[in-house]
Amino acid sequence: MKEILELLEHDARRPIGEIASMLHRSEYEVEQDIKKLEKDKVILSYNTVINWEKFGEETVTAIIEINLTPQREVGFDAIAERIYRFDEVRTVYLMSGSFDLMAIIEGKSLKDIANFVATRLSTIEGVTQTRSHFILKPYKKDGAIMNDEERDRRLVVTP
Amino acid sequence: MIESRDWSSRLSPSVQSIAPSGIRKFFDIAAQMKDVISLGVGEPDFITPWTIRESCVYGLECGYTSYTANRGMMELREEIAYHYEQEYETRYDPATDILVTVGVSEALDLAMRAVLATGDEVLIPEPCYVSYQACTILAGGVPVSVPTKLENEFRITPDELEQYVTDRTRVLLIGYPNNPTGAVMERADLLAIAKFAEKHDLLVISDEIYGDLTYGDEKHIAFSSLPNMQERTILLNGFSKAYAMTGWRIGYAMGNQAIIAAMTKIHQYTMLCAPITAQLAAIEALRRGEKYMKKMVAEYDRRRRLIYDGFTKIGLPCFEPKGAFYIFPDITPSGYQDEEFAEELLKAEHVALVPGSAFGVCGAGHVRCSYATSIDKISEALARIENFLAKHKKT
Repeated sequence: MKEILELLEHDARRPIGEIASMLHRSEYEVEQDIKKLEKDKVILSYNTVINWEKFGEETVTAIIEINLTPQREVGFDAIAERIYRFDEVRTVYLMSGSFDLMAIIEGKSLKDIANFVATRLSTIEGVTQTRSHFILKPYKKDGAIMNDEERDRRLVVTP
Repeated sequence: MIESRDWSSRLSPSVQSIAPSGIRKFFDIAAQMKDVISLGVGEPDFITPWTIRESCVYGLECGYTSYTANRGMMELREEIAYHYEQEYETRYDPATDILVTVGVSEALDLAMRAVLATGDEVLIPEPCYVSYQACTILAGGVPVSVPTKLENEFRITPDELEQYVTDRTRVLLIGYPNNPTGAVMERADLLAIAKFAEKHDLLVISDEIYGDLTYGDEKHIAFSSLPNMQERTILLNGFSKAYAMTGWRIGYAMGNQAIIAAMTKIHQYTMLCAPITAQLAAIEALRRGEKYMKKMVAEYDRRRRLIYDGFTKIGLPCFEPKGAFYIFPDITPSGYQDEEFAEELLKAEHVALVPGSAFGVCGAGHVRCSYATSIDKISEALARIENFLAKHKKT
């Protein structure tokens, strides 16, 4: 199971037959395992890492530090849920240190995000403070280097 | 240059007697094609892990640009000794038993020159790495080929060796895990060879450059870790394959004091020392490179299973290789000789691989395929080979 996850983590589009060959198992077994992993929510989704800038699409990403007043019984969880349910919010973490939640937000423009933070995020009850940091240039995202110049420089045939 | 006469008669007879490496034969054709998938590359497709590269860059910034001790930096020799003690429970004294070389290639050359007298015979199980024969001849020795067989999964046995021993035999040169076959020797196989070496009082040169690249439950065994074998073994290893450091040219030899001293003597007059930058990188590889190496090995293992499965389905017989990153299928069902097969496959389907006869006469009828290339390319190459057989198979 672990090896299937490792293979899919780096390439979610790997054909089942190929995975089966690599693990010396039948396609049916691999398919069943993957189904189970999906059902158990071990595999959450299959995403594509896209360099939108290269495509010509301007998107703006911001990292928002959020301070909260924790609530009785549920702590930060209820407010976190109110925040992560928004489509604009791509990622949310509960953090140690000087703030409580970190949210990563994507929008079409700076104004878009500023508007979202001002009208939706900071108005949630229990949110005491937000600080927005806009991303200027991505170098590496989810393990993928944006402009990787490294390539295969080997000769065609070597001993 | 316009030359007024032919100078080839002035070349040394021993150099003239050596054929150029057969491995580069298709290089020129392949180099001109655009969409070649190469299974002919005998080196990792990974780039050296960043932590290793970074340590070299840092070393240059700090001004590490000088010669080192002939034997190599003490720090590196200590790391190598520590590594062998941890992994194989063999103890080498970094002061006297280890020599850092410019790749295993240099180490092999030094070992041969250090121990061979003119006419001494060297037993060389084949198929084997392309330089074994040449290094023996250049050192004044006589290479004696000992064929191994597919039905033994290309392992060598004492019975096979006995047929080739004479009173001039001095050295047994083995290379397991093996390039080109991917064969490994298990403990029992090696113990039998050790007994044979003792019986005939042979030195054993053991090229273990692929030692870290073994798959399955059997761990690699250093030949010198076998009972009574350490002092008669010259163990050769390096960083090229395990740490994806081929271009750095860094390896080492380990053995008894007298032989290492003799090898050091040649090394100091011909090479002086291995490049300091590569030595710094090698130290980092041993200190912090293991987890990257393990990751690469796990990836080779998956590719190995994929390509073995692929050839089995295509119908080219092969045994499951347990080491290095090569598979050595038998291509006789195609009706071709191996050289012809490699050439026609390259022309028709743009897949490069190396004919088995480049690694010795008994390699004929096989081809060496390296799986040190991406999964996508391996899958595509297998599809093309299948297509080639469907269209061009001789009946």
